[in-house]
Amino acid sequence: MISASDRIFLAALCLARAGLRVDADKSYLIESRLAPVARREGFASPEDFIGALRERGDERQGWAAVEAMGLPETEFYRNRAVFERLVGDVLPTLAQGRGGQPVRVWNAACGSGQEIYSLAMMLADAPTLGRQVELFASDLSERNLEKAQAGLYSQFETQRGLPARMLVRHFEKRGESFALSPRVRQMVRWRRVNLLDDLSRLGQFDLILCRNMLTQLTAEAQERVLDGLKAALAPGGRLVLGVKESPGSTLSPAAREIGLYGLADEQARSAA
Amino acid sequence: MLSCLVVDDSRVIRKVSRRILEDLGFEVAEASDGVEAMAWCSAMMPDAILLDWRMPAMDGLEFVSRLRAEPGGKRPKVIFCTVENEIERIREALDAGADEYIMKPFDGAIVASKLAYVGLLPELAA
Repeated sequence: MISASDRIFLAALCLARAGLRVDADKSYLIESRLAPVARREGFASPEDFIGALRERGDERQGWAAVEAMGLPETEFYRNRAVFERLVGDVLPTLAQGRGGQPVRVWNAACGSGQEIYSLAMMLADAPTLGRQVELFASDLSERNLEKAQAGLYSQFETQRGLPARMLVRHFEKRGESFALSPRVRQMVRWRRVNLLDDLSRLGQFDLILCRNMLTQLTAEAQERVLDGLKAALAPGGRLVLGVKESPGSTLSPAAREIGLYGLADEQARSAA
Repeated sequence: MLSCLVVDDSRVIRKVSRRILEDLGFEVAEASDGVEAMAWCSAMMPDAILLDWRMPAMDGLEFVSRLRAEPGGKRPKVIFCTVENEIERIREALDAGADEYIMKPFDGAIVASKLAYVGLLPELAA
């Protein structure tokens, strides 16, 4: 059992590094998330791992702990209607507005890649649109990025949301896992990004997907991340949040049922 | 009420599937191989069929091919549910007329997501 004071230490570490809200009372969750990292780092138990963090405060190991606590629940085609609208309507409209320039799409907090690959597979199947779109994905966790880039998913992961026809068209069996085709994997460019950092170096994006991540953050971190994402939106750009998430007043809904928002002042201007 | 025919030679699997489908609001019937399943379907086409592959008497692949040639046989949504997990097998099943495919082991969430995908359950909003 991880002691209460160790759990509080861990929650504070997550808060300070990533604005991540971890409930120190959830000992089972903390234990199950931390156990694999502790093993990987060569500790006999999660208790020993936290003990070492408290004593030595190793920078890299601290990040490994924070990343493990921030693993998002992710699956292919979560809220399928969102993807259908993005490919059927939102991206074509953005492409038209860009007049031949590529539409830049950023999946912020991409987890192990299922979300951006869901979009990539649809774009691979719609090559005329696909050629006009550039896909970027980022995550806080190096491990998530490695897994995402490898494009290797277990049978259980592929069955969550991935239609059988998509599986057959875009994957091949490799041992007991399913490997996404290089053609689709190469459509995405990856980068490690902490959304609390200065995001201006990433450039501007026409579409940013950041679904079901904000709710994991403290109110203060949410505000900071939203400000960063808004600043990264190109003129006329769109932000996609989880359908149950609500943004601040500076964003206004372009299609609330799929969590699609635009900058409020822009929309007011175009309505006037 | 929507109906689903569970076709599997394992009584245990039929029981597990029945439980999952009833929780999702389906009326469930059972058959232990393709021949029994064809008999069911000629009496009344179900809305969905959860179909094992390897079975005595008539296997799942032969069943789905024959079903699709029957009058009214294009209507049921057929979802394979089998240990076969090679891409080639899955392609074969889809080409023979299956709508979706589940690889065993499976759970209620997977069954629900496949039924939603073929349009028999509303998409879960989450």
